[in-house]
Amino acid sequence: MKDMMPNFNLVQPADLASAVSALSDAGEGGWAMAGGQDSLDWFKDRVKRPSTVVDLSGVAELSGITETADGGVEIGAMTTLTDVENNAVIQEKFGVLAMAAGRVASPQIRNVGTLGGNISQDARCWYYRAGLDCYRAGGNTCYADTPEGMNREHCLFGASRCVAVTPSDTAVAVATLEAEMVIVGPGGERTVAAADYFIGPDVDIERMTVLEPGDVLTKIRIPGKWAGAQFFFEKVADRNTWDFPLVNMAGAMKVTDGMIEDISLTCGGVECVPRKLSVVEDIVRGSAANEETANLAATSAARGASPLNYNHFKIPLMENLVKKAIRG
Amino acid sequence: MSDEYLIGKEMNLVGKDFVPQDVQPKVMGTGKYAEDFKKEGMCYMKMLLCPMPSANVTNLDASEALAMPGVIGILTADDVPPTDEPGYPMLTMKPRQLGMPICAIAAETEAIACEALERINVTYEPQPFVLDPLESLYPGGPNALESGNVTGGGPDNAPIHTAKWDARVFAEAGEDRLPMGDAPVEWSVGDVDAAFEEAALVIDEPFVTASSSHAALEPRSTLAYWENGKCFIHGSSQSQSWMMPGLARMMQVSLDDIVYIAEYCGGGFGAKASPYPIQGMTAYMAQKINRPVMIRVTRAEEYHLGGTRPGFQGQVKLGFDANGKMTAADLYIVQSGGPNRGSGDYSSAAGALALVYTPTHMRFRGAAVVTNKPWHVSQRGPGQNQLATVVEPLMDRAAKELGIDRLAIRDLNSPEADVVFSNRNSTVTSMYLKEAYNLGAEKFNWEEKKALSGQRNGSKVIGIGVGSAYHSAGSNGFDGLISIRPDGKLYVHSGVGNLGTYSYAGTCRAAAEVLGVAWENTVVLRGDSRHGLPWTLAQFGSNSAFTNTRTNFVAAVKMREMLKSLAAQELGGEAGDYEVANEAVTNTSDASLTMSLADAATKAIELGGEWDGHEYPDNLNDVTKSAMQHVQGLGIVAAAKDELFKEGSAAGMAASFCMIELDTDTGKYEILEMNNIADCGTVLHPQGLQQQLRGGAVMGIGEAVLDRMIYDPQNGLCATVGLYQTKPPSILDIPSVIETDAVNQPDPQNPFGVKGIGEPAMGSAAAALLSAISDATGTYFNRTPVDPDMIINALAGRDQSFTPLQVNV
Repeated sequence: MKDMMPNFNLVQPADLASAVSALSDAGEGGWAMAGGQDSLDWFKDRVKRPSTVVDLSGVAELSGITETADGGVEIGAMTTLTDVENNAVIQEKFGVLAMAAGRVASPQIRNVGTLGGNISQDARCWYYRAGLDCYRAGGNTCYADTPEGMNREHCLFGASRCVAVTPSDTAVAVATLEAEMVIVGPGGERTVAAADYFIGPDVDIERMTVLEPGDVLTKIRIPGKWAGAQFFFEKVADRNTWDFPLVNMAGAMKVTDGMIEDISLTCGGVECVPRKLSVVEDIVRGSAANEETANLAATSAARGASPLNYNHFKIPLMENLVKKAIRG
Repeated sequence: MSDEYLIGKEMNLVGKDFVPQDVQPKVMGTGKYAEDFKKEGMCYMKMLLCPMPSANVTNLDASEALAMPGVIGILTADDVPPTDEPGYPMLTMKPRQLGMPICAIAAETEAIACEALERINVTYEPQPFVLDPLESLYPGGPNALESGNVTGGGPDNAPIHTAKWDARVFAEAGEDRLPMGDAPVEWSVGDVDAAFEEAALVIDEPFVTASSSHAALEPRSTLAYWENGKCFIHGSSQSQSWMMPGLARMMQVSLDDIVYIAEYCGGGFGAKASPYPIQGMTAYMAQKINRPVMIRVTRAEEYHLGGTRPGFQGQVKLGFDANGKMTAADLYIVQSGGPNRGSGDYSSAAGALALVYTPTHMRFRGAAVVTNKPWHVSQRGPGQNQLATVVEPLMDRAAKELGIDRLAIRDLNSPEADVVFSNRNSTVTSMYLKEAYNLGAEKFNWEEKKALSGQRNGSKVIGIGVGSAYHSAGSNGFDGLISIRPDGKLYVHSGVGNLGTYSYAGTCRAAAEVLGVAWENTVVLRGDSRHGLPWTLAQFGSNSAFTNTRTNFVAAVKMREMLKSLAAQELGGEAGDYEVANEAVTNTSDASLTMSLADAATKAIELGGEWDGHEYPDNLNDVTKSAMQHVQGLGIVAAAKDELFKEGSAAGMAASFCMIELDTDTGKYEILEMNNIADCGTVLHPQGLQQQLRGGAVMGIGEAVLDRMIYDPQNGLCATVGLYQTKPPSILDIPSVIETDAVNQPDPQNPFGVKGIGEPAMGSAAAALLSAISDATGTYFNRTPVDPDMIINALAGRDQSFTPLQVNV
C-alpha cells in the first residue's frame, strides 16, 4: 500500500563467495535477491524489512545452461525464465520445464525473473502478503483457515496451521523431472533433491524451501532420466497471463507401445509444496495410456483432500488434469 | 429538425478519420500527466489510511513524526471543511472504510513522508461494520454510517435514512431468493401480477453482480499550489470544465481563482468524472504549508480511493408469452454502496430493462445500501451494463425453453424508435437496435454459427452467444465557445475532458465543419482552464459526442452569423448577402466584397464589445462567463448556449456476438470470435468508434468473467488491492480480433446525426460472452464474474462455494 521502500544496505557482489559472505554476515536480516520481481514488492509494501539486500544479478557464474554427462542439463539459478523457455536443449529434452517457464507471469516478468527465484518464491496467501501477523509471518493465527476466510487459492493438502500453497509454475516441473538443487552456504556446497527442497509448514512454517539464512541456490540440475519423455504441462489460472495458478500440473511419461512404462506427475497450487502424485503414478504404471487408465487414475488424484471454504473446485480440477496428462 | 442541420448533407470532417493532437505525445511519451509536473519548491504528501473497515480515531499524536528532519507539516480533519454524512470526507477522525484517509504528512521526500506516517501514534476504536447490504437490512444489522444505511427514497428526500426489514422476510426467502422487504424506491407500469398469471413461461432467479474497481492505469495523483491567490491544480480527470465549480466549492474560492490543468488522463471509467477529495486535500496542504505539494497515489491507494462499481444483489422475474414476447418483468435490486451517497445504478438498470426488452408490464423495486467498502461510483454503463449481464443469459434460457431462436427473441422484444418506456413514459431520440442485431448477425453469420453450438471436440465444446446493452448517450443545454484570431485560424475551446476517447477532438470538428474551415487551420484548446474553456458536462455517460457536437454547432452557427454581419457592416449590404466559405466571408453577388477570417478577427478586436468576447449572452453558465476573461480581445469570439430541441434519451445501443471453445476439463475457454456493433447515430470518427467498441469489449470481458473485489467478512480486509489480484483482462484473455461496425443511421436530434456509444459497447460484449458460456455449459450462473472455478463446479455437478446471494467473494 505504501509503495515506498524503507532503507537497507545494498550489496552487489560480483562473485558467489562474496555473495555468500555478505548474506552470512547479515544473518537473519539478510535477503538474497534474484530477479527482484517479488522482493521489490515485499520491500515497497514495507512488509519485509531486511537490513541487507544481496543482489545476485552481478554474479555471472549463477547464470547459464549447460548439458551434463548423464544426458541432463544444469541450469544456473539466475538464468532468466525467458532463457529457460527458449533454450533449445531444454525444449528438446525437457519440454515440460520450457512449457512451465513460458507460463510464468508475463513476458516482462519472465525477462527479468529467474528460475531459482521462481521455484523458491514465497507464498501468495493474500493475508500473509498484506503484512498480517499470521503464523507464516511469525504470529500465532491463520486468517485464511477460518469459518469465513477467503481461501479460494489455498490448499487441499498438508495444512498445518498455514494453508498457503506453492504458487510456482516451474517448481512442479523441476519436481517432476526429479531435479537436484545445488546450494552454497557458509558451510560449503550441498545438493538437495527437489522432493526435499520444498518444505511444508509442518517442517518450517516461515519458509517454503530448505534455504537457510546465508544460503544461495546456485544450480538446478536436471538428470537425464526423463530426457525426451512425453511431457504434459497445464496451468489453470483466472487469466492467461500475469496470474498465479489455481492448479497446475506437470507430467513426464515414458510410453512404449501404448503402455505407460514410467511416469512422474506433480501438482501445484494444492499444497505448500509441489505435490508428487505418487498414488496416481503407481496406479497407471504398466497400464495403457488411454482414457480408461486416465479415468481410473483420476479417481485417486485428490484422495485425502481437505477443502476449505472456497476451494473444493480444485478437487475436480485435479482429477481432470490427471486425466488430461495421462490420456495425452 | 432544423434546416441548418447537416444530416443527409455531404460533410468534410464528420465521419472521417484524423489524428487527434494527443496521439503523438502519448506514443512518444511526451504527454504530461499530473505526476509528470514539477514545481519549484515542490514537496510530497502521503496519507495515513484507516487499517480497518470502521473506526473512531480516539488519539492522533504526530509529534514524533513532525519532529523528523524533512517533515514539513500535517493536514488533519481540522484543516479541511467538514463533510456531513453521506458525503465522502477529505480527512476524518471517523473513518468508515478500510483505506479512508485520516491525515496526511508533507515532507521533502516521499521516503521521509512514509517514515513519518509510521511514527504517528494512532489509537483506533473499532466500530461495527457491514460489507453485505442484506446484513445491514436485517433487523438489528449494523449501519455503515451513523446517519443510516439506505440512500435514496427516504422520507422527505433525506439523503440517508435507516431501513430494516422484518426477519420474516429473510426467513421466508431462505438462501436461494432475495429477501424483498419494503422498497425505498419503487415503480410499476401495468399489472405485473396478472401478466405473470397469463405468461406461458416464467423465469424467476436471484442474481449477484460483483462490485469491481475502475482500475484506471493512472492513479489519481495531484499537484497543487497557490500563486497570487489562485489555486492551481494539476489533476487526473476525465472531465475538464465540469471540474471547475466543484473545485471552487471544495477550496472555498471563486471560479476565477481556480486554475485546473488536466491535459491527459490515464483512464477514469467514471471514477474521475468529478472533483475528488485527494485533489482538495493536496490543495489544502499546499495552502497550509505554503509550498507546492505533489501526491503520487499508489496502486493500492487507488483501489481504496479510486472508486468501485456498485454491486447488485437481486431477484428478477420475467414472464413471456408463447411467442417469446416479454409480457412481464419484476426486478428487485439491492445495491451495494460505499460509505457515501450512492449512485443511481439500480434505477438505471430498471430503465435499461424497460427499454431494451420492452416488457408490457413491469415493476421495479430497489434499495441502495451503504457499506463500509470503498467509495462506490458510476462505472462505464452504470446499471445498464450490470443489467445486461443479468438478463441476457436469461433471454437465452427463455428462447431455449420456448423453442425460439435466441436472436429472434431479442429482435421480437427490442424497441422501435417510437418506444415509450418505464414509469416516466420516456422516449428516445432514435433507435436502431434491431438494425444492429441484423448487421451483427450478418457479419457473424449467426445462422451458420448457431449450428455449431454444443459441438464437441474431445474435452472442448463450442458456445455461441449474443448480447446487447444501452446507455442514454447524450445531453444538452451546455455552452459552445469558439474564436477566430488574427492568424486566421479557428480556435475551438473545448471544455471536454480527455478520457482517452478522442471525442474532445472529434466534437471540435463540428465547428470546423459548419464554418468550412480546414482541420489544419483549426486549433483545439483544451486541458487547461487558462485557455478559456466553456461549460460542458463531465465526460461521462457516453455523452460527449452528442452534447458537444451540439455546443460547437451552436457556437459555429453564431460565428457564421457574426462574420456575415461584420462583413456587411464593413463592406456594405446585408448580412444575408454574405456567405462563409473557403475561410473567408464573401458577398454572394459580388465576390470582390470579401474579408478573410484573419481580417475579420482583427476587425473584431478593434470593435470590441460583443465582437471580441467582452460582451456575451447572459444565458451562459458561470464557468463560461469566467472563461471569457481568457478569450476576450483575442479575435472574433462566439459563445452560445445549446438551446436546440431535445426530447428523450439519446439511446446509444450496442449488440455483440461471440463464439467460444470451452475446455470442460479446465473451465477455461478461448474466445474464437467476437464482434461489437454500434447504434451510435452517424459515425463521427471511425477510428475512435472502433477503439470504443474494442476497448468496451475488453472491459466487458473483464466484467463478465474476471473483475471483482473480494473482502473477508470477518475483518473487512480487502484481498484485491493490486492489478494482479483484481485481474482485469490481459491481452491473452481477449480475442486477437474484435470485429466492429455501426449501423450509421443519423439521430435526428443532433445537427450531425451523432450520438454516443462508449458504455453500451462494454455491456453488449459482457452479455455476449456470458451467453456463450451458458450455451457451452448449459448453466445459467446468475452471477458475474463467472470464474473458472464456477464453471468447473458446474460441470462437475458440484455446488458452488457460495450461496446464490453471497457477495464479496
